[in-house]
Amino acid sequence: MYSVRLWSVRHAGGLNRFYNGLESLLVALAPVFRAIGYQRLERPFAFLERNVKGLLFDCKMCGQCVLSSTGMSCSMNCPKNLRNGPCGGVRANGHCEVKPEMRCVWVEGWTGAGRIKGGLDKIRVVQQPVDRRLEGRSSWLKVVRERTDPPKAEVKK
Amino acid sequence: MIFQDEPVPGYPLPILPGHTSPGRLERVLRAGHFAITTELAPPDSADPEDVYKRARVFDGYADAINATDGSGANCHMSSLAVCALLTRIGYAPVMQISCRDKNRIAIQGDILGGAAMGVCNMLCLSGDGVQSGDHPQAKPVFDLDSLSLLEIGRTLRDEQRFQSGRKLTSAPRVFFGAAENPTVPPLEHRAMRLAKKVAAGAQFIQTQYVYDMARFRDFMRGVEDLGLLDKVFILVGVGPFKTAKGAEWMRNNVPGMHVPDEMIKRLAGAKDQAAEGRQVCVDLIQEARTIKGVHGVHIMAYRQEETVAEIVQRSGVLQGRVPWYPDRDKNSESSDRKTS
Repeated sequence: MYSVRLWSVRHAGGLNRFYNGLESLLVALAPVFRAIGYQRLERPFAFLERNVKGLLFDCKMCGQCVLSSTGMSCSMNCPKNLRNGPCGGVRANGHCEVKPEMRCVWVEGWTGAGRIKGGLDKIRVVQQPVDRRLEGRSSWLKVVRERTDPPKAEVKK
Repeated sequence: MIFQDEPVPGYPLPILPGHTSPGRLERVLRAGHFAITTELAPPDSADPEDVYKRARVFDGYADAINATDGSGANCHMSSLAVCALLTRIGYAPVMQISCRDKNRIAIQGDILGGAAMGVCNMLCLSGDGVQSGDHPQAKPVFDLDSLSLLEIGRTLRDEQRFQSGRKLTSAPRVFFGAAENPTVPPLEHRAMRLAKKVAAGAQFIQTQYVYDMARFRDFMRGVEDLGLLDKVFILVGVGPFKTAKGAEWMRNNVPGMHVPDEMIKRLAGAKDQAAEGRQVCVDLIQEARTIKGVHGVHIMAYRQEETVAEIVQRSGVLQGRVPWYPDRDKNSESSDRKTS
């Protein structure tokens, strides 16, 4: 929801701290996940993320979440799917060229990044193009696997 | 300036040490000259002569000609084809690549194909949204964005591989550029965005139209603070307005146009608005030249391309230099203006 999305950016600092805690918890649970099997967890995790992040960020389930690097403003809501900052078409009032009723995702993102500890450093990092194979999959499980099991991070469908 | 090693038109120049492309634009910029680039609107036609006619109006006044890639999301001849036609007779085109219409498979193929056809300069753009063009019902692709496109281009050239990792047998020798819009929000972060583009591989920048030099100076201060002045060649985007009404229309309807009220008042108050529009353009170029870190201008004179020569001449920025054009070096009349 648009108004909740704007709220999330206003509270980017708190949400980022919450996520860092969640990520640590999930990483600690990695042995449990491995015992159950990541494949079996994929659907419930994706369901959870779709609903939680859907509500907070209008998440589009790209499967490779970078919210901590984009000031808690989901860059997949940009009609051009820009992952690296605003285009040159931002309106004088800071709204989107394509959807005039919407604030530019990246004007929001840069504001949000200022509220996250180290956020303005993270937003400077050039993001890789989206791996379209990951669409609809859990981003959290991907992070857990990358952090605990780096060689097998590549997800095959 | 005449290069001693000037090749037969259509053949590449040797690549000088420290250069990444065999192109004239990179040579002019690295030699420290004030460069002029301009824009050719690809025709709605399949006739090559329509392309050559549009290029000839710039003869002697432009170091490179941008071929737009479906600009404003309108359908025209492809930028790759326009560039291929131009290189056949020796022109130095800048091939614009928009992420709107093609995915990474098509784009990487175009970079190789363009380079094979002698295109030495490529400008990596996100592209206008499809809603602004003549086919709003089209699918917006946006598989990449301008930054990931820059990185992929640089990888093709410097690491000789596709994004997939598969090796190339010969790398595209290309001078990569990007766009920036220094006068629209978020103003305080535009310089940082430029830094990201430079980090991703941008070697030159052609800005959107700049009509507000105060904002542009702020932007350039930011660029300097980030230590970018010796890392990238910045060409300021300028263009003439025909009428005050037209300027107002563009401000309201063209994405990313920032035109201050005083500019529109100045045009509206003139007896001959078109002449005043060209004068504004000359003034902007002369002011831009005085700003630290500006290496040239990019003149976009859509539907009044014939005014570019006059604007450049009156601005005086070429200082007697005659950019290459077919037959330049055979033409004894123009040799009077040559300085080196």
